[in-house]
Amino acid sequence: MLTKRIIPCLDIRDGKVTKGVKFKNNVVLGDPVELATQYYHDGCDELVFYDITASAEGRPIDIDMVAEVARAIHIPFAVGGGISNVDDMSRVLLAGAEKISVNSLAVRNPEIIAEGARAFGSQCIVLGMDPVATDDLEKCPCGYEITVRGFREHTGTDALEWAKRAEQLGVGEIVVNSVDADGTREGFELNLTGMIAENVGVPVVASGGAGNAQHLADVFTKSRADAAIIAGIIHTGKYTIGQIKEELTAAGIPIRKKW
Amino acid sequence: MDMMPESVEPETAMVTIVDYRAGNLTSVRLAFESLGVPAQITSDPVRIRSAERVVFPGVGAACAAMVNLAELELGQVLRDVVERGVPFLGICLGTQIVLDRSEEDGGVNCLGLVSGEVKRFQPEDPFDKVPQMGWNSVAIRRKHPVMAGIEDESEFYFVHSFYPTVSDPADIIGTTAYAGAEFVSVLGKDNLVATQFHPEKSGRVGLKLLENFCNWIT
Repeated sequence: MLTKRIIPCLDIRDGKVTKGVKFKNNVVLGDPVELATQYYHDGCDELVFYDITASAEGRPIDIDMVAEVARAIHIPFAVGGGISNVDDMSRVLLAGAEKISVNSLAVRNPEIIAEGARAFGSQCIVLGMDPVATDDLEKCPCGYEITVRGFREHTGTDALEWAKRAEQLGVGEIVVNSVDADGTREGFELNLTGMIAENVGVPVVASGGAGNAQHLADVFTKSRADAAIIAGIIHTGKYTIGQIKEELTAAGIPIRKKW
Repeated sequence: MDMMPESVEPETAMVTIVDYRAGNLTSVRLAFESLGVPAQITSDPVRIRSAERVVFPGVGAACAAMVNLAELELGQVLRDVVERGVPFLGICLGTQIVLDRSEEDGGVNCLGLVSGEVKRFQPEDPFDKVPQMGWNSVAIRRKHPVMAGIEDESEFYFVHSFYPTVSDPADIIGTTAYAGAEFVSVLGKDNLVATQFHPEKSGRVGLKLLENFCNWIT
């Protein structure tokens, strides 16, 4: 049986893994390669790295770091931030990453999804989206609006429409990161995640709000997400990945158990 | 991708990874290197013909891959190395195109190194997403040196929309269930073995399979 993937997210700022709430109050957690290696040995199923300052500072992602991670771990990992064109994607993939995550870039230039999918295959192109709940149902009938640039900018784009469009453009997977739930550790946005998962044919990764194993069980069963991103709950040492997987297995969720 | 990936000198390579413009091969090379096995990535027919062991990976579409193989004049080269008994490992798309034919792109004739066909997942449940992306278990159906020391029902990393079937049940080594299909996830015939999953991205158990391949005496 296909198992549900547990994906630690490492936010990189100035070469260090950091964690903030709603992109603010960042604290340094450690070295990206060391943390990636630790989570790999702890049994994570995949990893994602976001260089959260690269785009704002107008610089490319740190390719040496990507290459070092690729030498250290032998599971898939995605990289986002500081990607502005297909050449950037190519460099990251050749350094050994499995997937590229695009977010604000794809909102500005949706065609980048199609270009990336044509050049490297759909399975390499992940769309990250940061929807926020909205009452303006005329503009956003699904009730969620896409934000960009670290939640700072509202776009007026309907989240569900954007997910469907991205699928048509050839995206291989969609990470749905709820702005409202991000960093709260009070559970995933089940309604949002479920709505996207039900309406697109590609895998959907839930993100934002993981605070305990039950939250993951909920998003896998109630929203039928294919994977979930975790950050704070393991970065702080509250849980190990092994503990999360044990609890999920006990709850009857199909999980990779041997690593 | 037009940049040449770094690679060891041909004479020191224990493993030769075939580059036929079907995806990124860096992680395959890094997986072998982590085992202390020098690997080269090449599309040069001369190097492939003199290879000790051949790895035939690939992601993407079967049709484009067959066109690339023809342009690079590698089809016959691959047939010859398999015929000569060189240990040969197919991965993902590489596994599909060693078979006779694929349903992809309206039907594509493939290399025919093992008798079988490639079919598309036809899920009834809309939540069975295509591609299958993630870790799924492999039921070991018969003993094989490449699976030595790997527990039954171990999980490996898959990314694919099409799956292999084989004509001769004797060629089945492992099977996996997804989207209502039970498909051949590891197949093998003589000196050829091939996995639908990505051993290079399947953590310790995947590295074990690659290590077994390097030690396999055919």
